[in-house]
Amino acid sequence: MTNVEALQLMRSVLAKVAPEADLGEVAAGESLQEALDLDSFDFLTFVIGLAESTGIEIPDRDFAKLSTVEGCVAYLTSAH
Amino acid sequence: MPALGADMEAGKVVQWLVKPGDEVHRGDIVALVETEKSTIEVEIFQNGTVDELVVPEGQRVPVGAVLARVTAREPTSVPGPVPVATTAPRAGAAAREAQGRPSETEVAPTVGRHALVESPLVRRLAERLGVDLDAVQGSGVGASVTRADVERAASARAKESGHPVPMGARPSSSPFARRLAGELGVDLAALRGSGPGGSVVEKDVRLAAAAARPEERTAEGVAVEDRQAAMRRAIGALMARSKREIPHYYLSTTIDVSAAVSWLGEANLDRPVTERLLLPIMLLKAAARAVKRVPEMNGFFVDGAFVPSEAVHLGVAISQRSGGVIAPAIHDVEQLSLDELMVWMRDLVTRARAGRLRSSEISDSTITVTNLGDLGVDSVFGVIYPPQVALVGFGRMREQPWAENGMLGVRPCVVATLSADHRVSDGIRGGRFLTEIDHLLQEPGNL
Repeated sequence: MTNVEALQLMRSVLAKVAPEADLGEVAAGESLQEALDLDSFDFLTFVIGLAESTGIEIPDRDFAKLSTVEGCVAYLTSAH
Repeated sequence: MPALGADMEAGKVVQWLVKPGDEVHRGDIVALVETEKSTIEVEIFQNGTVDELVVPEGQRVPVGAVLARVTAREPTSVPGPVPVATTAPRAGAAAREAQGRPSETEVAPTVGRHALVESPLVRRLAERLGVDLDAVQGSGVGASVTRADVERAASARAKESGHPVPMGARPSSSPFARRLAGELGVDLAALRGSGPGGSVVEKDVRLAAAAARPEERTAEGVAVEDRQAAMRRAIGALMARSKREIPHYYLSTTIDVSAAVSWLGEANLDRPVTERLLLPIMLLKAAARAVKRVPEMNGFFVDGAFVPSEAVHLGVAISQRSGGVIAPAIHDVEQLSLDELMVWMRDLVTRARAGRLRSSEISDSTITVTNLGDLGVDSVFGVIYPPQVALVGFGRMREQPWAENGMLGVRPCVVATLSADHRVSDGIRGGRFLTEIDHLLQEPGNL
């Protein structure tokens, strides 16, 4: 997966969790949860959405790696 | 039209999911109804065959209006007008009864001479009005006796005897309300008053007139704005009523959640992310279990008395992205495992946001929990949802210095708060309740 594809995927998953949220407004290193006003259930739903649409099994210990835009992109592009 | 929450006055049938001739089963979703707050999936409450859809799609009708006619399959029930029922006859039915709304009771064959009376409130009303329940023909689902039946019986008897009805049978109205009703073409006799002693006041007339008017909307944007304004009005009206009627008292305690957090960490270690448990789930479960030990927090205050609820249906305040908050119920929380509760909660949050809640979820919470902690505040003192009697709030988890056994350490903590109804309980019981939550969270493995 390329960076662009990763961002595209994040956008489409996020659209289901928080339709009005705009990924473009979030800085690369900013906490997604805080920047987009996601509660912990929203954020979990977002991560689960990433796992389900890519087929990547995300173990719980990797949860923290997905807290930012750059974290998500790095995780998605390096996973198979 | 079921009352989907204590603050609902009217609803619009957005879509029918059944048609005449269809077989329906208890629990089937038969229609989508739009309220000020959300779109709700309305469940039917009996088995039978749909005869007629009375209210067409797109029409807005007041709570209590007949939506459809269904012939019940049970051999002894008579076909007749029934409101499309909303939900199991849990304590919520009692609450709606208290608000003068039609009660929905289980369809059951009428056996013997004894009237089917679901609601203790109806019984109490009958007692007060001197009505013999066994002599009353019920018009509710399954021929159960409703509040309206009792009032009718009392009124009929009063006419025969020439004595006035003690109360409630025919609402009084103010001169202004009568004049307004004349101007707006509203039938006063068909109204339920919200004023003192059930009298019809200006607001009731205006609401009835508004409900009767077909909706005119020019653009989608206008509809969204209308809906937002309507939602704020609905929340405002309910909260104002709560503050007016309920003598709130407030308590708070700081809970050390390190045991819960480390238990969660271990529990999540081997799980895929799809099965991850979150701290709020443990807080919800602890609150539900604490309620079982301090029952004064769980139930409804109706008709001047507290009606405790055996079951714990936890209303969970969920913020809606477009603004506003809705508190659908998770049923029988104390009987759910943490994993089950997690699945329910995720499902509920998703559906609440998508506007796909079910009628049974929206109308019968026995206590509400709000968890604003996720959004960064330390504590929240909520306003009780009438006719409930308590609201539990959890703030955000944060590390703080913690002194224990003469030692100072750093612990993750959550501030738990309670807003409770002084007509039902005192601070000492409320304090006991919060302490119980604390104790339960110290043994997370047993939750």
